[in-house]
Amino acid sequence: MAVGEVMRMEIPSGGDMSVTSPELHVLAVDDSIVDRKVIERLLRISACKVTTVESGARALQYLGLDGDKGASGLKDLKVNLIVTDYSMPGLTGYDLLKKIKESSVFREIPVVIMSSENILPRIEQCLREGAEDFLLKPVKLADVKRIKELIMRNEAEDCKTLSHSNKRKLAEYIDDASSPSPSPSPSPSSSTHDDSSAKDFPSSKQMKSADEKFSSLL
Amino acid sequence: LHAMNTVVAQLQRRFQDYLVSLYQQGFLDNQFTELRKLQDEGTPDFVAEVVSLFFDDCSKLINSMSRSLERPENVDFKQVDSGVHQLKGSSSSVGARRVKNVCISFKECCDVQNREGCLRCLQQVDYEYKMLKTKLQDLFNLEQQIVQAGGAIPQVNIN
Repeated sequence: MAVGEVMRMEIPSGGDMSVTSPELHVLAVDDSIVDRKVIERLLRISACKVTTVESGARALQYLGLDGDKGASGLKDLKVNLIVTDYSMPGLTGYDLLKKIKESSVFREIPVVIMSSENILPRIEQCLREGAEDFLLKPVKLADVKRIKELIMRNEAEDCKTLSHSNKRKLAEYIDDASSPSPSPSPSPSSSTHDDSSAKDFPSSKQMKSADEKFSSLL
Repeated sequence: LHAMNTVVAQLQRRFQDYLVSLYQQGFLDNQFTELRKLQDEGTPDFVAEVVSLFFDDCSKLINSMSRSLERPENVDFKQVDSGVHQLKGSSSSVGARRVKNVCISFKECCDVQNREGCLRCLQQVDYEYKMLKTKLQDLFNLEQQIVQAGGAIPQVNIN
């Protein structure tokens, strides 16, 4: 079987390949039990899977970013979006945002900040740090719908980029595998794919999950 | 069958009028409408559950703020401010308009460390949340009667 045929089976060229599960899995972070209940319902009604936690520390724990080496990012479901309140005791939503963007594994996860206060410098600060969007509380169904559409659109675009680059990468991988050289070219731990070339290359996280898929094929 | 329909229609009318009056008297605002949108046949108790959490929150926060304000010579305004912030947030999230408005005045008293003002606001917020709790209980009772009579809960448009 030619390499091209293998790839056509697994990666539809229309970019439909689901790197992520069909439903968005959202991690919602808020110290208010009332707000957690509301945001959970808003997200469920918008056909998202939801996990709610009460603090930034818990969120990091859930993601496996709290320094507990054992967890190493393994959890029930991959998180596609993080929605967090800004004002929380301990780690604020901004602190959480920073920690996520500093992580090479999780930095690609979009983060949306919620706040009851419409403070422009705060909003700017969050957007500068890489927040996808900023929602003013109280959050409404229209807000959640908008965010979901934004995230789905970004994910679809990422998938298209992914399937293009991975066709090329798989070809390289197969060439390497047939040669004596031990390490395949799409190395997840390589830092060269992280920064300025982010537009053309998938993030290390996406490449890693793609690698897992491909290695099970071969 | 006609008699039953009349009973349902009457209950629905009472429910509608009562709900509208709660908005008109300023107890509720648009966020309550937003919450009602999230309720359906599959989740008929959603709004009741959320407001129940809210009232529990009120009780807890009012108690802790009361303790912080207790001794005139030793008021923890930071704690009170934190409590007011939380109360304002949750009241805003459920559409409890009067409670939220008291919180705005409450915060101002806190900012200038006005203990007397804070105590007045505390009393007012306690009154308002308990009043709302009674009103909403009546509303949910009407809802229950409609359902038991075999009717559907009306979608009420607030202008």
